[in-house]
Amino acid sequence: MNEESFNALEKIVGKDRISSHPEEVYFYSRDGGTQDPCEPSCVMMPKSAEEVAQILRVANKDNIPVVPMGAGLVLSGLTRPLKGGIVLDLKRMNSILEIDEQSRYALVEAGVSEGQLKSYLARHHPGLKHSLPDAPPMATIGGNILIHGSGHMSQATGFHSEMLNGLEVVLPTGEICRIGSCSASEYWFSRAPLPDLAGLFIGWNGTTGVVTKLSIKLYPAPSHEDVMIFVTENPDYLPDIIHKITATELAEDLVINTQPRPDWIGGFQLTSINLTAHSEEEMKLKKRTIRKCLDEYIEKKEGGFMHLVPEMRDGFLEAPQRSVSRFADVKKGGGFEYVGAIMPVKLLPQAYRDGISIAEKHGTSYSIMIRIIGRAHCMMAAYAYGFNRADDEDVQKAKRALDDANRSALRLGGIPWKSELPGQKLIIEKMDPNTFRLITRIKNLLDPNRIMNPGNWESMH
Amino acid sequence: MYALNFSKDICLACETLDCLLRCQYIDIDIKSAKVEKKKIITGQDSYVLKQCTTCYACEEYCPNRNHPFFQIVELQEKKGYSPAPRPITNQQIKMYAPKGDIDPGYRLTDPCISLCLFPDMKEKVKGALFHDTSNFLGRDFFCNLVYLHFARMSLIKERLPQVVKNIDDNLKKNGLNELVCFHDECFAGFTFWAEAYGLEVPFTPIHLYDFILERLEGLKSKIRSLDKTVAYQRPCSNRLIPETRGLVDEVFQLIGVKRADRKYDHENALCCGSIMVMQGRDDLAEEVQEKNIQDMVDSGAEYCLFNCPMCYYTLGEKVEKRGIIPVTMPDLCRLALGQ
Repeated sequence: MNEESFNALEKIVGKDRISSHPEEVYFYSRDGGTQDPCEPSCVMMPKSAEEVAQILRVANKDNIPVVPMGAGLVLSGLTRPLKGGIVLDLKRMNSILEIDEQSRYALVEAGVSEGQLKSYLARHHPGLKHSLPDAPPMATIGGNILIHGSGHMSQATGFHSEMLNGLEVVLPTGEICRIGSCSASEYWFSRAPLPDLAGLFIGWNGTTGVVTKLSIKLYPAPSHEDVMIFVTENPDYLPDIIHKITATELAEDLVINTQPRPDWIGGFQLTSINLTAHSEEEMKLKKRTIRKCLDEYIEKKEGGFMHLVPEMRDGFLEAPQRSVSRFADVKKGGGFEYVGAIMPVKLLPQAYRDGISIAEKHGTSYSIMIRIIGRAHCMMAAYAYGFNRADDEDVQKAKRALDDANRSALRLGGIPWKSELPGQKLIIEKMDPNTFRLITRIKNLLDPNRIMNPGNWESMH
Repeated sequence: MYALNFSKDICLACETLDCLLRCQYIDIDIKSAKVEKKKIITGQDSYVLKQCTTCYACEEYCPNRNHPFFQIVELQEKKGYSPAPRPITNQQIKMYAPKGDIDPGYRLTDPCISLCLFPDMKEKVKGALFHDTSNFLGRDFFCNLVYLHFARMSLIKERLPQVVKNIDDNLKKNGLNELVCFHDECFAGFTFWAEAYGLEVPFTPIHLYDFILERLEGLKSKIRSLDKTVAYQRPCSNRLIPETRGLVDEVFQLIGVKRADRKYDHENALCCGSIMVMQGRDDLAEEVQEKNIQDMVDSGAEYCLFNCPMCYYTLGEKVEKRGIIPVTMPDLCRLALGQ
């Protein structure tokens, strides 16, 4: 980036909100995963969609790559600027603009964090909640929705992208656009009944524009919550167990976990069934119904519910689950990345076995977490491998394990989610060529100068 | 190596059928009881083996102390019956397996208290009552009697002797030979179970309430009568050591507590239900818990005393929701001492 461009950008956000200092740029060149760092020319923190629009106009004129970023917690390096340029840190755009209690939606700027919205609702609208991912509270709503995240209500309501009502987005060419009902109404209540343009910005890794506002669905927040943990030793039972539980339509979240430690998890599959209710009677009825649906396994002694003491139960009820982040320190050195593969539930037993054998093959620690999406319409199977960031061989081991996990997921018929660059290449290789051509055409149409997060969703050739 | 001291002849000669007829959870008449008792005595299959909730009560009901419950557990294991689902059983076996941490890492002084597996009980052994005591806990000091609920007598036989050795080595290293057992079950393991199976225990186990009584005697001038009515949730493990039942009343007398007059107390005490939940018998657990707690409410209890941490975890919140405060004996005594 030349000095003239830098000065033009500095004029937009002010000199305190742009930096090319090495010690600041350092943090934006990497994330907590295994991908190698890529250094930006500078990092900027705009305050409004108008500032973003001005930045993109300068970037287009001077051919400077731009990478939008929320909290940078995606772990697969998607906010690294592969071709340098500007990292656009959106965390200053952190206003909660509107909560519509009647229509149950929240209108937020893209930099609003999960924790911020959770605590705001708890304080000001305790009858409402949103679906929280198992990410640290500083993860942004925008980042999570736009990568098809999932979370604590996904068994009831699907991917977080399905909870999106509308967007405000700055196109790569600098126009500010509204997507959904908000384009023709003062209310942000739905994407229907208009042509659904939201799909042009979800799952694209920021290559089609910068989302600056989102309207997301909110849900009732019942007063009672509880969790049941069903334990099995045979993963082959799990598709049927999941099928039975989801048929009751009572669980809010359904997650299967396994990892080698602690002892009471190693070798077992723990199916966590999270429930909410408006009264104790309702909760009793829900729990009884869930138990009854698994009677067959209990009577055969092939599965049973853990008796949870209050402290353990509180741990399982945490949202987000801190244990997920703690896994990052299983191997001291704080590195942690996972392949999250979206796939049909019937592939679970094989996916489970593959995840463990990949860890054994590469000698890494592992954690497998599977979240059921919708009424078992699919699952997000996360193969997480920990590594010591200060040990390069350990990092490479984890990288190889993650690559194997990507390949295994694709081989089985799943698709790696929010995939790092090597994984994207594998997906593209397998993808219908017309589909990939369509992706490329859309990107070229919206971003003729190819400034938006270049390197992502691109062919190797 | 360790064989149960069970006599078929004593059982056959016994004219009562109390072991089965007094069972609170199996519906059985005299005629069936005679048939099933004979089957159990002679090591045959019996539906009692499958229906047993493992509450330990028949050990107490047996007038001859001939170990009917231990015989049931041995047979369950021999026949391959699992009271709980196999993954739950296997999870419990792993969860409490010894780790080889046999040195607490600090000096033990007299009186020394075993807290078994329960780190949150450390908070209970503070204050004037426990002045100058030391304590330890961990999987390598845990009595393992919980596996009576999982038809794993073999595991107790395998692990308990090593546990006894671990404890004894540590006590001897520190010049001690007495151990206060916080939990009834540890005390029962080192006395009743040990005797039933011929396991030698070199140190002297002391029941927590015996220890508390002695301490309270020394602090008598500081005790202020609590004037409260307290229900006692008698743990299953106390069925193995019924001679200690009276200690509760002795402590109550000292601290001015009235024992709630309940239907489900003493020999009629009800299980907390945690084991029934683990066995997948949730409907039974709910029914028993509701009966138990309603009984406490009807008796006018203001507190519910727990000895067993598992009973405490299982029923504590539930009794609290019904307006009864869950406590342990140390909690009550501290209240009486104004702490």
